[in-house]
Amino acid sequence: MFTYTLRRLFFAIPTLLIISFVIFALLDLAPSDPTGDLPLTIPPDVREQIRASLGLDQPFLIRYLKWLQQFFINEPLNILESLTGWQFGDGERMRVLSWATRSPVVDLIVQRLPQTLWVVGLAYIFGILIAIPIGVISAYKQYSIFDQIGTFISMVGYSVPTFFTGVLLIVIFSSYLQWFPSVYDTNLRVTDFDSFVAQVRQMALPVFVLALYNASQIARFVRASMLDNLHQDYVRTARAKGVKEKTVLLVHVLRNSLIPVVTVIALGVPTVFSGAIITEQVFRVNGLGQLLIVAVQGADIPLVQTLTFIFAVLIVLFNLIADVLYGILDPRIRYD
Amino acid sequence: MTDATLTSSAPTTASSPTRSALADMWKQFRAHKGGVVGLITFAFILLAVYVGPYIHTVAPNKINIRDKNQWPSLAHPFGTDNLGKDMLAQVLAGGRISLAVGITAMLLALFLGTLVGVLSGYFRRLDGPLMRLTDLFLALPLLPLLLVILMLFRDTLRAAFGPETGIFVLIVFVIGITSWMHTARIVRGDVLAVKSQEFVLAAKSSGIREYRIILKHILPNVLSSIMVSATLGIASAIITESALSFLGLGFPSDFPTWGRLLFDGANFLQLTPSRVLWPGLAISLTVLSVNYMGDAIRDALDPRAVKR
Repeated sequence: MFTYTLRRLFFAIPTLLIISFVIFALLDLAPSDPTGDLPLTIPPDVREQIRASLGLDQPFLIRYLKWLQQFFINEPLNILESLTGWQFGDGERMRVLSWATRSPVVDLIVQRLPQTLWVVGLAYIFGILIAIPIGVISAYKQYSIFDQIGTFISMVGYSVPTFFTGVLLIVIFSSYLQWFPSVYDTNLRVTDFDSFVAQVRQMALPVFVLALYNASQIARFVRASMLDNLHQDYVRTARAKGVKEKTVLLVHVLRNSLIPVVTVIALGVPTVFSGAIITEQVFRVNGLGQLLIVAVQGADIPLVQTLTFIFAVLIVLFNLIADVLYGILDPRIRYD
Repeated sequence: MTDATLTSSAPTTASSPTRSALADMWKQFRAHKGGVVGLITFAFILLAVYVGPYIHTVAPNKINIRDKNQWPSLAHPFGTDNLGKDMLAQVLAGGRISLAVGITAMLLALFLGTLVGVLSGYFRRLDGPLMRLTDLFLALPLLPLLLVILMLFRDTLRAAFGPETGIFVLIVFVIGITSWMHTARIVRGDVLAVKSQEFVLAAKSSGIREYRIILKHILPNVLSSIMVSATLGIASAIITESALSFLGLGFPSDFPTWGRLLFDGANFLQLTPSRVLWPGLAISLTVLSVNYMGDAIRDALDPRAVKR
């Protein structure tokens, strides 16, 4: 198992390098000029200086290698320094700078991360918590009314795109009933009970939309996995030897059914960071997804490159975690 | 007596094995209530979108500023937008583009996925590299990449093919080349299973060329899983296209899709909520019906489902 993990980690490095190169090349070789939007009255030599200040005067490969150095060596060192207080060298390292704001990309990401983690992360956790009981009950009482309704709702939740549910909820709950605000206010500080209520109210709608979407995906999976296990021989054996029905369901079947579900949950974690782009846009939550949209619209290439690559790292990492978890949880799986 | 019934029933099943398999599948499909309702809904949407404009003959792009921001009425069953364009006509026109994008992108993804799947399943030498390629594509953060590609290549393609065809080609292409991976994996698995069966060996030993074996013997046997991928592919392509349009990076306003209509309508939420409701409902109903059809086809093809 340990050697397997090491081997996978070792293979992840070339994968990530290729992905980073693909992203970099795609953005760089695209037929669009970052100085193209500047006024035509700017003289050519000034325009050249602007290009040089953006680092565009160097050849493609040099820029790629520089970006690699900035991202993989300089930024981790900076983070290490701020965490431990140690000093490496003179502390003057080149950082990945955003073209639009001229501030380091990593700082922008750190600013946006809490909102995303709170709203999208909470929605993911709620989704899991709702999905497992629903999936278990609807598999156990297959074809009952509860199963029919549960399956239908999860199918609807899984099919209706979040940008429609979000907008619909805004129409109903913000526009007509005026129960919840439709825009997320990042400046709100939770200091007393009133501001806590305000925070809960502004988080309610986006969390609900995303939780519904996540829950319906996971519930379908839990149900299918439970159904696979409920008809196995070991369940009949457990019942035959007189184990209580509750124990059969919650200990024997559920534990076995959750093995593939856990891996699916692990595989879904990267979407916590990247997949909620649309919901963040609908509710104006200024998290990572919104940062990406703003960067894309403003053609802020370094920011887009770094963000996209971080999403790719998360996907590769959680793929690895899912595979390793599967091996640990299910002793029948052997990676050799 | 029993002998007579046996002999009379045996030839009918033996004479048309393919037709009875299809009929079996249809029977299974019909047993799935959601699938039937989905099929009817999808057929209705297709009919409405393609025949509807002949009944509701208002041009979708006709601007009539006097009738702007109207609520639903007899003349405008879905109301009008802020320029006085008729919403029903726009939803119908948008549906044609949305469905065309969904179906074309699905066909492209299906073609690529089947090609990669068959090649890597059939030729052992190609298996490693092609599956690594598939893994690589699966590790790409797709939505961010789609947004970036659209942003960067939109103007170039618009200049090359004109505003409408350019964006259509671009969106179909990017959705197609980023959604073939699951099909490829499923097809590869099926090809590996089919390849080891005797009839392929028999075909090989009778000297048939490789590409004919693939086309005549392998492909028909993996068709069922391709069909399931196809239905699910339409749904995800429609959702991806509307998401891109909703983020403002898809089709332009004068060439609207359902996603774009939703995006434009979102700014007029309080004034005319029906502008958001209809395109959103259209997307949701289409995707829901296609997903139900996919479920039904999968159940119909699943040998384990027959037992239950």
